[in-house]
Amino acid sequence: MSASRILIRSRADFKAHRAASCASSEALRALSSYTASTSASQASDSTGLSDANSPDSKPTNFCSAVNDALHIALEQNPRALCFGEDVGFGGVFRCTVGLFDRFGRDRVFNTPLSEQGIVGFGIGAAAMGATPVAEIQFADYIFPAFDQIVNEAAKYRYRSGGDFSCGGLTVRAPYGAVGHGGHYHSQSPEAFFTHVPGIKVVVPSGPKEAKGLLLASIADPDPVVFFEAKMLYRTVVEDVPTGSYTIPLGQARIARSGGDMTLVGWGQQVAVLERAAAMVHEEDGIECEIIDLRTLLPWDRDTVEASVSKTGRLLVSHEAPVTSGFGAEIVAAISRRCFLRLEAPPVRVCGYDTPFPLVFEPLYVPSAQRVADAIRDSCRF
Amino acid sequence: MPRRLRSVQKPQAIAAKPAPVEAPAKASKVATSKADLSPEVASDLYRDMFLGREFEEMCAQMYYRGKMFGFVHLYSGQEAVSTGVIRNLRADDYICSTYRDHVHALSKNVPPREIMAELFGKKTGICRGQGGSMHMFSAKHNLLGGYAFIGEGIPIGLGAAFQIRYRREVLGDETADQVCCSFFGDGTCNVGQFYECLNMASLYKLPCIFVVENNKWAIGMYHPRATGPSAGDEEPYIYKKGPAFGMPGVLVDGMDVRKVREVAAEAIARARRGDGPTLIEAETYRFRGHSLADPDELRKKEEKEHYQARDPIPQLKKYILEAGLLTEGQVKDIEKEVIEVVEEAVKFADESPKPEKGQLLENVFADPKGFGIAPDGRYRYELPGFSAGTAAVS
Repeated sequence: MSASRILIRSRADFKAHRAASCASSEALRALSSYTASTSASQASDSTGLSDANSPDSKPTNFCSAVNDALHIALEQNPRALCFGEDVGFGGVFRCTVGLFDRFGRDRVFNTPLSEQGIVGFGIGAAAMGATPVAEIQFADYIFPAFDQIVNEAAKYRYRSGGDFSCGGLTVRAPYGAVGHGGHYHSQSPEAFFTHVPGIKVVVPSGPKEAKGLLLASIADPDPVVFFEAKMLYRTVVEDVPTGSYTIPLGQARIARSGGDMTLVGWGQQVAVLERAAAMVHEEDGIECEIIDLRTLLPWDRDTVEASVSKTGRLLVSHEAPVTSGFGAEIVAAISRRCFLRLEAPPVRVCGYDTPFPLVFEPLYVPSAQRVADAIRDSCRF
Repeated sequence: MPRRLRSVQKPQAIAAKPAPVEAPAKASKVATSKADLSPEVASDLYRDMFLGREFEEMCAQMYYRGKMFGFVHLYSGQEAVSTGVIRNLRADDYICSTYRDHVHALSKNVPPREIMAELFGKKTGICRGQGGSMHMFSAKHNLLGGYAFIGEGIPIGLGAAFQIRYRREVLGDETADQVCCSFFGDGTCNVGQFYECLNMASLYKLPCIFVVENNKWAIGMYHPRATGPSAGDEEPYIYKKGPAFGMPGVLVDGMDVRKVREVAAEAIARARRGDGPTLIEAETYRFRGHSLADPDELRKKEEKEHYQARDPIPQLKKYILEAGLLTEGQVKDIEKEVIEVVEEAVKFADESPKPEKGQLLENVFADPKGFGIAPDGRYRYELPGFSAGTAAVS
């Protein structure tokens, strides 16, 4: 069937194809029906969780899932440390609650307000064999630590010729829109860090994901920057396995299967994509496949490629401004890999190229409505 | 910790270049003098502090009523610092604030209605409703901004101070004798930018006044737990870091506006003379949580009560009445006038229009053409396809 796709490359074919795409949802589905069976099987396997539905799970919100992971990490690994601004008393988002009481001040402690110092300290501790989990109170505050992360953490192994590594280091930071955060409490700085070989960048989309990915990040032999969707801390509750489990880094998850269009997102944007997919499913019969990227560096090109190969359409969505966002990287890579199988130009539905606004947040954020509009546009192309 | 809250004027540690530091020694004695304020000054100080308090308490009400959004950090309790320093400045002097910036703006004569409108996210706000609580800017009032990130205003104030010196000494502008006053908290004194700036201010002998509003708590971190003790002390004293960088450091009771005022006057005069920067540590306390989202569970009741008893506003009122500077009736008139001003500010803010959508794309770059605004003059977000991610946005 890829041959037939390649064949509709003449102008006439294109027109006919476009007409067919728009004609009806049935036609649209028919065009992409060959995909159904593969995606269904992928979906069930792609959680990376062998015990996702195990009886030992309980309803947990995002914040508690992170807290749970930290408890497990400190319990399992006597060299694990947890520190940052206000971490000792539970943190401003309450993600580190109970750690101080349980593991004591030697392992769980407050730091002064000193982001560059926090990360540098973490690198040093990691280089000496500890497993530090440093918290940056808001992702917006990570920039003073940018130098340490980019110039030191990322290059530690490389420039010591492999003598040293700070792989034990995990830097957690809550990111993203929250409804009223304004310029300095809402940003999504993940793309900056994806430009830095030597660190991994992880952005979980929900409680179950957060726990497994955080434990994997802490165990990972490379330094990880771990962005937590602060809007989800208390708004999302899922059944989360109570024990320890990890979700492999660098492996995307198919959050919803469909054959018409591939939607790629991460963190709290996945929920937006899900709402948009539900909208176009209901109103237009368009079936979207949603890929939760989970890890941005290294990112799972293969899963995205496989999906776009069958749907022929790609949309990437993130809250960060569109220009030089991580969406650009995905679109570039997939355009090259899937060039002849694309039915429409890949689109990015992202924040605009402005500072993150306060009063204009609803206008700025890539809402489900904007995503749905873009899906329809793409299917009509 | 209450024990260190005397109207402390510790002896100065030795500056690299000995600096005149006579003010502090006198400062602790002024309370006995009746004539250290004129009735006009007393009235101005009291009005400013009372306005600061009324304004902030109104903010809390409006915040809980959902009228304002964003994080809102109130200044209540610390008024003596803002008033004591800023009311001593000239209109053309500069200040840099923090995220707790409403009252600094008020002291710098920014109209309360414009601040309130900014907090309401309205077009008539000081920054067209675009910044909100932590981003008070006013070129007209030489208010170089509130800085939501700690310490980020310090180097910016430094640059402004450099510009003053440059205008005066290189460009020969005799009128360039302004000073720049940067405010920040105890928590900020652990970030690198603070130290970098102390060094540069001293190195370039800039007309800077660094005012540390030490309210003891960096959100949930008690100051002595976040900062190592100064040499020879059991506790940290931030003012002692001044001499290490070649400038005088002064500790002052930040709950007493008259003392703050005196110390500030000396530092301002010194900066204006061209004798360089001063580091002032004002010991103060915030009566509310870190922000209105903070349940404030970490500070002990006794500690809060201790400082409540030292509330700078009744303290000044008592002094004014006892010294016979103003009558009870005059004080009441001031209070009444301020309450009206604050109520008017709320009404103004409430009735003001919201900004138009297009404002989202304005002021990102100097020239909005080709960015926020399309060649035909329309905002790009109005163009077909913009929301679909297919229109050019830059």
